[in-house]
Amino acid sequence: MTAAPQIVVDPAALADEPQVRKLGQWSRLPVKAKAGAILLGLFVLAGVIGPMVAPYSPDYQSTNPALALHAPDGQFLLGTTQSGQDVLSQLLTGIRMTLELALLVGVIATVLSVVVGVTSAFLGGLRDEAMSLISNVFLVIPQLPLLILLLGYLPQKGQTATILVLSLLGWAWGARVIRAQTLAIRSRDFVAAARETGESTWRIIAVEIVPNQVSLIAASFVNTVLYAIGTSVALAFLGLADLSSWSLGTMLYWSQSAQALQLGAWWWFVPPGLAVALMGTGLVLLNTGIDEFGNPRLRDAARAVRIGGRRQYPADPTPVWQPGAQPRSGLGRLVHSFSRASLADHGTAAGGRTS
Amino acid sequence: MYFLLRRLGFYAVAAWVALTINFFLPRAMPGNAVQSIMSKFPNLQPSAYHALEAMLGVGHPGSLWHQYVAYLGDVFTLNFGTDLAQYPAKVSTLLGQTIPWTLTLVGTATVIAFFVGTGLGIVAGWRHGGGLDRVLPGLMFFQAVPYFFLALILIELLAARAHIFPLGQGYDGGLIPGWNSAFIGSAIYHSILPAFTIVITTTAGWMLQMRNVMITTVGEDYVVAAQAKGLSSRRVVYTYAARNALLPQLQGFGLALGFVVSGAIVMEIVFSYPGIGLLLVGAVTSNDYPLMQAIFLVITFAVLLANLFVDFIIVAFDPRARTRGAA
Repeated sequence: MTAAPQIVVDPAALADEPQVRKLGQWSRLPVKAKAGAILLGLFVLAGVIGPMVAPYSPDYQSTNPALALHAPDGQFLLGTTQSGQDVLSQLLTGIRMTLELALLVGVIATVLSVVVGVTSAFLGGLRDEAMSLISNVFLVIPQLPLLILLLGYLPQKGQTATILVLSLLGWAWGARVIRAQTLAIRSRDFVAAARETGESTWRIIAVEIVPNQVSLIAASFVNTVLYAIGTSVALAFLGLADLSSWSLGTMLYWSQSAQALQLGAWWWFVPPGLAVALMGTGLVLLNTGIDEFGNPRLRDAARAVRIGGRRQYPADPTPVWQPGAQPRSGLGRLVHSFSRASLADHGTAAGGRTS
Repeated sequence: MYFLLRRLGFYAVAAWVALTINFFLPRAMPGNAVQSIMSKFPNLQPSAYHALEAMLGVGHPGSLWHQYVAYLGDVFTLNFGTDLAQYPAKVSTLLGQTIPWTLTLVGTATVIAFFVGTGLGIVAGWRHGGGLDRVLPGLMFFQAVPYFFLALILIELLAARAHIFPLGQGYDGGLIPGWNSAFIGSAIYHSILPAFTIVITTTAGWMLQMRNVMITTVGEDYVVAAQAKGLSSRRVVYTYAARNALLPQLQGFGLALGFVVSGAIVMEIVFSYPGIGLLLVGAVTSNDYPLMQAIFLVITFAVLLANLFVDFIIVAFDPRARTRGAA
């Protein structure tokens, strides 16, 4: 449900210093990337230790009718389901299962897209055309209907089947972007130099090409994880998953089929949906941060500055002093009383684009 | 012209791939498919048995190749066979009843979201660091929130509690579909909430993408040159920066359509909207294989056609596509 990001091969992304080193420095990451990483880190933590600290078994059904659809209180922090299961315990198990699926799909699909993208760019010619054609076809065929069709035919709709099918359909966008970037890097001097010194193609790929697109590969991985979470939750919501297991999607499926919202049991329906949304927000933030990392122009620009009573944005041209014009605000009058040279200085400071 | 021909060739290949997946999928299914399907539909006529056999290629005379050719011929004449769950209704009739609903609703909502998102993206990219940038994290949340989750909460709040909108369905149950004002009014009234959820969940994506391209474009030398010439800001924004930033946005539009369609399928389930997504999920839950396959083909072809349409717009906007044929 996200719009596909655009391929930007910015010269800044092709800096000579390997990106691996830069990505490793926490203090140099953009704020958005940090926020996204922290948000995701919380979910990963919940996924790892969650099932251990969960107060009850997610399957445990209480026979006591008083404990069915129990509102949140001290004993059940997020209330109970219709059959008296603890929502918090289900949520903790569900976060682990959904994350597990999404990360596995992310790893498999990203490896596939790096292999296809780099190979395609290096082979060139007809084989490149053929591989690009295949990835474009996979991109243009709508995913969810195909997934529904595939899972509809499969006799078992378990976690493994979903992981395989999602990975199989999720590599095409990454392959396309990585191919474009590989083509751009391949013609650079340092690759030519490596080739001249007699390095083998594999070594050039592993040491020169791939380390220089780490931010792109990371973005592709994050995008794929986002796609995997969204799609797997949607599929489970449609009932196309192993409904006896506890993922965030199956939780939403059961609470919806029991009409939790209509019964006023928001604590059964809202937490899993909110968990999916926050996980997704973390991923989108992370991806925006990675984008800013690779393309410095996207970083938060200098704040708008008031000059001559008018708000000046970084994209505005340097204001030109007009002899006839009367500035409106007090600051404007102040600036107006200065010389022409000081006005130009203010403009440069605000615009930063005159160089 | 070369660009359009090249794209046309590509869509032909994509359509062929979809057709071929559709043909081989049921044949790759383990076991005797016809028997297992027949056992799920006890009230099927024996004639359906043969129809199924023909579709799935079990016990069918002739080689795989002959079946394949016959299948392609069937698709081109829009003969999708007989439906299983609603036997003896024709699959093509069911499709004809549902496609207009989906096309009108999803089409309108997508176009609105695209224009609103692109417009906001132009402003956010031009006023980089301005007020719109401060709401970005909120927009990212709307981009990440599951479609159906937001829709169900809106239904509960606005329809079930506040009674501002209907709970679902495409039109008022008491009306007979037809071209009269009562029915059309009811249909529009029922489509507002679904369309609204599509718009708010997809606008953010368009906006973020347009913003990023716009920021990069605003830094280009020709924009600085236009400003240096003393052109008005309006002219620089729309004629110089936005016009060029729009091209990648348009290319992204074609690719993102698949996601929009996916969201629309889930939306129809939530709203019980009588469109093709509801039909598809109904077909899956009742193991109605012929219907499933036909719907997959129809959705794929619709997305391909929309992509072709976007290509025409790109050719109109981008002289490079007209001369060099760059894809």
